[in-house]
Amino acid sequence: MVEHRPLNDIIAYAILTLGVFIVAFPVYLALIASTHDAATVVGGNMPLRPGGHALENYYRAVFVGGSRTSREPVGHLLLNSFISATGIAVGKIFISILSAYAVVYFRFPLRKTAFWIIFITLMLPVEVRIYPTYKVVADLHMLDTYAGLILPLIASATGTLLFRQFFMTVPEELLEASRIDGAGPFRFFWDTLLPLSVTTISALFVIQFIYGWNQYLWPLLITTQDSMQTIVTGIKKMLTTTDELAEWQLAMATAILAMLPPVAVVVFMQRLFVRGLVETEK
Amino acid sequence: MEKSVVFNNKLLPCLLLVPQLIITFVFFYWPASQAVWQSFLREDAFGLTSEFVGLENYQSLFVQPEYYASMLTTLIFSSLVAVLSLSIALLFATQADKNLKAASVYKTFMIWPYAVAPAVAGVLWFFMFHPSLGTLARPLRWMNFDWNPLLNGNHAMILVVMAAVWKQISYNFLFFLAGLQSIPKSVIEAGAIDGAGPMRRFWTIIFPLLSPTTFFLLVVNIVYVFFDTFGIIDAVTGGGPAGTTTTMVYKVYADGRLGGDLGGSAAQSVVLMVIVIALTAIQFRYVERKVQY
Repeated sequence: MVEHRPLNDIIAYAILTLGVFIVAFPVYLALIASTHDAATVVGGNMPLRPGGHALENYYRAVFVGGSRTSREPVGHLLLNSFISATGIAVGKIFISILSAYAVVYFRFPLRKTAFWIIFITLMLPVEVRIYPTYKVVADLHMLDTYAGLILPLIASATGTLLFRQFFMTVPEELLEASRIDGAGPFRFFWDTLLPLSVTTISALFVIQFIYGWNQYLWPLLITTQDSMQTIVTGIKKMLTTTDELAEWQLAMATAILAMLPPVAVVVFMQRLFVRGLVETEK
Repeated sequence: MEKSVVFNNKLLPCLLLVPQLIITFVFFYWPASQAVWQSFLREDAFGLTSEFVGLENYQSLFVQPEYYASMLTTLIFSSLVAVLSLSIALLFATQADKNLKAASVYKTFMIWPYAVAPAVAGVLWFFMFHPSLGTLARPLRWMNFDWNPLLNGNHAMILVVMAAVWKQISYNFLFFLAGLQSIPKSVIEAGAIDGAGPMRRFWTIIFPLLSPTTFFLLVVNIVYVFFDTFGIIDAVTGGGPAGTTTTMVYKVYADGRLGGDLGGSAAQSVVLMVIVIALTAIQFRYVERKVQY
C-alpha cells in the first residue's frame, strides 16, 4: 500500500465485515430456522438464537420426509445429487482429456474440424435447447435414469479447452524423451501426461462437481419420479404444498444439507478452484 | 502454438475423439437442430401430428404482448443484477486488495456463495422476505410498509434481483480481486507521488486498468442472468405474480411445459440462441484482443 493510514484500514475492515455479514446472514437464518419447531418458524417471530429441535428436524428431513405430503426423505435425494454430480465431473474429465490429447498430440485429417465441432458447443447452454434435448433423452429411454441426468450435461467443450490449453504448455522435450525411451502414445499419456495434469484435473473436478450439484432445470424436467430427484429440485417441492403451511423448518434443514457439500468443496479446495475457474473462463 | 513433435498414428486420435463426439452429436447437435426444425412446425394438442407452417410460430410470437413483456423483464432483471453485483463486488474487492492482515480470511468468507445453487439461494431469500414469516419482512411491517412479493410484481422483482445479486457477488469478487492484484504497484505509487489521493487514483489509474476484467464480467454476468437464474425465479416466484418475473428463459420453459406449445417454445429457443450467440461472439472478439496483450 502506498500510504498507510489507520483510518483507511478501519474503513476497509468495516466494509468487508459488512460484506461477510450480507453473504452469511441468509444462511445463518436458514440454520436457525432448521433448529426450531414448525409453530415458531411459521409464527413470524422466530428468534435469532438456535432452538432445540435441530436433531429432530434433520432426522425427519433426511430419513422420514414431510408429514403433510408424501415427499421423499432427503437422504435419498442427497445420494442422487452425489451420483449425478460425480458422474458429470468424472464423465466430463474422461471425454475431454481424451479428445484434448487427440487434438494436441496427433496430426490427422479433419483435426481442425473435430476441434471446431466440439468448440461450438460452448455457445448454447442446455437451457436453450431444453425440449428437444428432453425428447432425445425420452426417445433413448433415459428419463428417470442417472445416464439421463448426466450425459446431456457433459456435452460441452469447457473441459476440452482447459486440457488443450494445459497440454500446450507441456514442454515438447518430454514427448521427445519418452519417445527415445520407446514409449508409445498410451505409455506417454499414462506415465507422463496424466501425472502432470493432476492439478488441472482436480480443479476441473471441483468446478464440474459444483455445476452438476447445482443443476435445477434439467433434473426438474427429466425426473418424473420423486425418487430420482436431486436435492436442489426437491427443496422447492417442499414449499409447494397444497395447503398453505409449508414445513419451513424442514425446507431450511434441506437447504443447509443441499449447500454443505459444494460449499465444503469450495472452501477446502479454494486454491485449486480459483485457479481452475480463472483458467476455464479465459 | 502447435506442437512440432507429435505421434504419427492416424486411427488412434479418431478413437480418442469418439466418446466426446458421440455425446456432442446426440445431446447437442441433434437437439439443437431439432429446436430449429420444430420452430417451423405446428403440433396438435396431443403431439400426434405436426404440420410445416413456416414462419408462423415466429409471427405469432412477435405479436404477443407477453413476449415483449418477457423481453422487457429480462432487460430490467439482467441490467439490475449485472450493475448491482458488479459494483458491490468491486467495492469489496478494492477493500480486500488493501494490505490487511485478515485479507485471506475475508476472501474465504466472500467466495463460498459461488457454490450455493441458485434455487437454494432463491429459497433462502424467499424465507427472509416471506410476507408473513420472513425475519426481514417484520421490520417492513412495523413501518407499515405493505411488503408482499407474492402479490406485488415490483416486490417480487426486487426479491429475485437481491437473491441473484447475492449469488453472483462472490464470482465477480474473485475476478475483480485477481484483476486488482495484477495491477503493478509501481503504477499506483507513481500516482501517489504525483499527489493523487486514493479516490483519484482509483478512478484515473485503477478503474481504467480494470476495464478488460469489467467487460469480461459484464458478458459473463449477462449470460448468468439469462440462464442460471432460472432456478431462483422458479423457486421464488414461479414467474409471477401475473407474469411480472417471467424472463425469456422462463417463458420457454413455461410455454413448453405448462402450455404444451412446443412450436412456439422452440421459436423462442431459436430467438434466445441468436441472442446468446451474438453475446458470445462479442466475448470472443474481446478474448482475442486480450490474448494479444
